[in-house]
Amino acid sequence: MKALDTWERVLLALIVAVYVGFGTGIDGFLSPYAVADSTYNVSEKALIALAMALLVVAGEIDLSIAATMALASLAMGFAMKAGAPLPVMLAVAAATGAACGALNGWLVTRWKLPSIVVTIGTLSLYRGLAQVVLGDQAITGYPETLSTWGNGSVGDVIGVPWLIVPIEFAVLLVAALAVGLFLHRTVHGRRLYAIGANPVASRFSGIAVDRYRFGLFVFAGLMAALAAVLLTGRIGSTRPNLAMGWELDAVTIVILGGVAIEGGRGSIVGTVLAAVLLGSFTFALGMLNVSGIVMSMIVGALLIGAMVLPRGVRHLRTRFA
Amino acid sequence: MTKPTTPMRREWLLLGIIVLLALAVGARAPVFLTWRNALDIGNDSAILAILVMGQMLVLLTRGVDLSVASNLALTGMLCALAAKAWPALPLPVLVLMACAIGAGLGFVNGFLIMRFQLPAIVVTLGTMSAYRGAIFVASGGAWVNDHQVHPAIKGLPRDTLLGLPMLIWCAAAVVVLALVLLRWRREGRELYALGGNPSAALYAGIPVSRRLVMAYTLCGALAGLAGLLWVGRYSIAFTELASGYELTVIAACVIGGVSIGGGVGTVSGAVLGVLFIGVINGALPVIQVSPFWQQAIAGAVILVSVVLNARADRHRGRQILERPAAALQGASA
Repeated sequence: MKALDTWERVLLALIVAVYVGFGTGIDGFLSPYAVADSTYNVSEKALIALAMALLVVAGEIDLSIAATMALASLAMGFAMKAGAPLPVMLAVAAATGAACGALNGWLVTRWKLPSIVVTIGTLSLYRGLAQVVLGDQAITGYPETLSTWGNGSVGDVIGVPWLIVPIEFAVLLVAALAVGLFLHRTVHGRRLYAIGANPVASRFSGIAVDRYRFGLFVFAGLMAALAAVLLTGRIGSTRPNLAMGWELDAVTIVILGGVAIEGGRGSIVGTVLAAVLLGSFTFALGMLNVSGIVMSMIVGALLIGAMVLPRGVRHLRTRFA
Repeated sequence: MTKPTTPMRREWLLLGIIVLLALAVGARAPVFLTWRNALDIGNDSAILAILVMGQMLVLLTRGVDLSVASNLALTGMLCALAAKAWPALPLPVLVLMACAIGAGLGFVNGFLIMRFQLPAIVVTLGTMSAYRGAIFVASGGAWVNDHQVHPAIKGLPRDTLLGLPMLIWCAAAVVVLALVLLRWRREGRELYALGGNPSAALYAGIPVSRRLVMAYTLCGALAGLAGLLWVGRYSIAFTELASGYELTVIAACVIGGVSIGGGVGTVSGAVLGVLFIGVINGALPVIQVSPFWQQAIAGAVILVSVVLNARADRHRGRQILERPAAALQGASA
């Protein structure tokens, strides 16, 4: 646990470094409005990263999570076109996400398949279905409420104008708190660590391993649906390439947050800190007019650096100890 | 290493499905069964076959290389830019350059995975975006268009030899080399041993780290070659070139019976996997199904074939207590 604490301190220091470094370099980067703006893009990614963190802790992975978002957004769009009111639209999105997750979970648990292969397959399947249904079209004309959820701030809703925390970020904080309490403060969370560390021993010690795995995949689908609702509301349309490639961002956040890819280690605090770090860093690069593809290059390099660094330090320590 | 019976039966089954599929499509649209169309499918599958041979070497070691498509695009772009800047470069130099750049990029993957004991999927996920971004940095976001692509690069896949395009000859050469490596060379056999049981391979005196780096370097070199051929065939190079193609490559491997858990897979199976994808993609426009279906069908086929593989494994009584997450851990497991 000690090492994890150290890693979270490193992340915290990096966040401070980003805000101080870019804050002195870029005019207006430290203004409250810019800080609030910097959370938009990362809030949705962090939501799916939370679910991904649970999966990775339990030794699984879900690469289809962004494609699930596309399908959930699509289902919500069709519900709207069919004249459904907002609550029904949300229910349809959630049901679609849960169904996508359940298919992943069923394939992984029933057929004993590695989740990486299954979810590469379902990534292709879900994204492909979104393309088949939508082609090169888009669904637009979402109700105003959705747009408020995506773009508004908490202050607007409760009537306190100076509270400019975006609703999306508030949702993320609530979700992170819930997931964090679940993982770190309940027996179910402890069991996820056990499953990730050694699934066979966990099964022999009486943990219903497959039931937990299945539940995690369904949860990932639900979180994807939530992220899809917020993202659709924010950009106001559904396209087949919605959230394209976000599964990689989510995995990057999780790994950068100190969750071990082989399972059994990691924390929600680290994941959220990594999300904030990535969000502020890419936002700063955006203000410097760095193009998106270069940003993803830097993020890729960060991902590798985040893994090499601790191992390199450990290596040096053993050499000079 | 596997008992030879089950994979053989599996390959005949796959071949049967491909033939049936081709005949069924041909019955509806006779144009599908012409020599010309077969050449088209062969041409379309050639680059995929080259990439699949490389990916297969990596999969055998319990790894995976998600950066092949980015490697392909980066190498293709660098070769196109080099040929644009120095038009005097002869073709052999370009081919060598493509293989060398690709091998270098693959070596980076292999080195990071071996030296720091990192999981292959995460490392190649990172290099996938890093290489993709490097294309933008190298080209400044500009496209290398048809008239700017060097005629030698454009000519390479189009030249014909004995009535077959060079592209198909290249793919055939790569397949034969892979076959020789994996069947008769010690280095190739050691890849199977390494994927089957890494610790046992180490105790048996196999240079595990060197073989790992070799697999990734070869995979990179083949991706580089494929990049040059891709740019030549479509005579264009841009940042998003072949984006997402790594999934098709992995799909072809999985359909061909190459196990993502390492140590299992044959060259003939992988080639059949490539042909299967080629026939499906060739058939969709012929029977007037929207090409938007391609990706969804590829996904469904991956799922069905891994489920079938899992059942075959169970019949043989393997993997009784094996962790499903073993594939995630790379060769460090």
